[in-house]
Amino acid sequence: MIALIDCNNFYVSCERVFDPSLQKRPVIVLSNNDGCAIARSEEAKALGIKMGTPAFMIGDLIRRHHIKVCSSNYALYDDMSRRVMQVINEFIPRTEVYSIDEIFGDLAELSFQLPSKLATEIREAVRRLTGIPVSVGIAATKTLAKMANRFAKKHCRDQGVFVADGPELVKMLGATPVGDVWGIGPRYARMLEQHDFKTAADLVKAPEEWVRREMSVVGQRLLNELRGIPCLPFQPAPAAKKNICTSRSFGKLITSKREIRQAVATFTSSCARKLREEGSVARKVHVFIQTNPHRRQDEQYFHSITLELEVASNSTGELLKYAMKALDLLYKPGYNYMKTGVMVLDLQPASEVQLGLFDQQDRAKETRVMETLDELNRCFGRDVVRFGTQEFNKKWKLKQEHLSRSFTTRLSQVATIGGKKCSTP
Amino acid sequence: MGFPSPAADYSEQRIDLNELIRHPVATYFFEVDNDLMKEAHIPSGARLVVDRSLRPASGSIVVAVVNGEWVIRRLKVRGTERMLVAENPKVRPVPLNGEEADVWGVVTYIIINGREV
Repeated sequence: MIALIDCNNFYVSCERVFDPSLQKRPVIVLSNNDGCAIARSEEAKALGIKMGTPAFMIGDLIRRHHIKVCSSNYALYDDMSRRVMQVINEFIPRTEVYSIDEIFGDLAELSFQLPSKLATEIREAVRRLTGIPVSVGIAATKTLAKMANRFAKKHCRDQGVFVADGPELVKMLGATPVGDVWGIGPRYARMLEQHDFKTAADLVKAPEEWVRREMSVVGQRLLNELRGIPCLPFQPAPAAKKNICTSRSFGKLITSKREIRQAVATFTSSCARKLREEGSVARKVHVFIQTNPHRRQDEQYFHSITLELEVASNSTGELLKYAMKALDLLYKPGYNYMKTGVMVLDLQPASEVQLGLFDQQDRAKETRVMETLDELNRCFGRDVVRFGTQEFNKKWKLKQEHLSRSFTTRLSQVATIGGKKCSTP
Repeated sequence: MGFPSPAADYSEQRIDLNELIRHPVATYFFEVDNDLMKEAHIPSGARLVVDRSLRPASGSIVVAVVNGEWVIRRLKVRGTERMLVAENPKVRPVPLNGEEADVWGVVTYIIINGREV
């Protein structure tokens, strides 16, 4: 059996752990730049706020119902996610982290335990140790576990656990519309409904050849998964990354090259830091800039360029040299730029770097400088020590007007007891 | 290099205060901004190490939530009655009911700046 454990309204739940005044109040968390609602408490859902609703469209509703609005605080969510996963790992050794708030667990070697009992124990432990509520779905395959989790959230809110086995499995398949099956997009859903496959139970009975013809091998795999034959592999360790990308829309439109340089420099140094964290080096640097395609009145420009490094590197200074050269080639004055991004490609382990024959640089020294830089920034906060091109005054910086504190990752920002402020930094 | 250190084979990791934290996954930090628990050695400005994995017992100092606000109290258990009591007679004890008053975590360490005592 496979379990899928999913945190309920994860970002909202994280905010609630450290601001108890938010219990029972409608809460939403916004995407980067305070754009759209990307997490909603049950109370906010009940007010009709849909996933992805832009914040500016619901200003009235927010005021009328005292909805608490939070900017996304990824430093907090990341740490809380790691805590949740760690607790689960103590119960289930073989797991696959599927996303920031979802984890698959392989129960094959835990067959001596009753799944429903194990699920309840996990749920209670996560709640007690982290404050985060989770739901657990258990079934024979990943696809069915995902469905069981959804079913638990919808129909067994109090227990938060659903084991899809025997008659329970039949009940679940019958109650799940094909469009809600993991892996079936809106196009296939429409096609299936036209052929009178309305629920997962209908689909299970579909003739195999027909599914393969209409939905290719992907459909065949899906059909097997629904029939309880595991076809999606279990991947305990995350696959090594092929590239690392940092890109963001600006808080406002930007025309000056100097400001775009700051952004590109900051994104490059973030890519370099991530490379060093996972012990990789990059062979290529890719930079793009673009205007806002939704602003019809503006002239549009989108361009990107990839440069190859002489020697693969993860040094901020080295990568910056190439990123800045790329930007010089890309930038054209007179446009209203909305977004820029930096990607580092062709990653390989740092230990396998091939040096250039005519390479003059002191690579070992460079490595030591970077280690010191990382250490300083770990102690004193991100980007406290940085390259000059990143500058200080970041006009393009993210809009985060409702950001809570880094409660678990910065000693200077822990929750205060007795003071008046609860969530504002 | 002159002489090899005779201590080289005996070198150990320097003390790390994190060793005091037994359940890192369940440990959180707080800062105190009032003097209501001064008598329990928690002055304003103190930092608290709080463990959510521990079951609070009678006499435990706990971080609790009362009517949506953070408080620090001592838990007093008498029979079936569980009360959150401040070390200050002006603050009324609150019965623990798991709804408006609930324990968030148990205070395991109190960190005070020695130069400000």
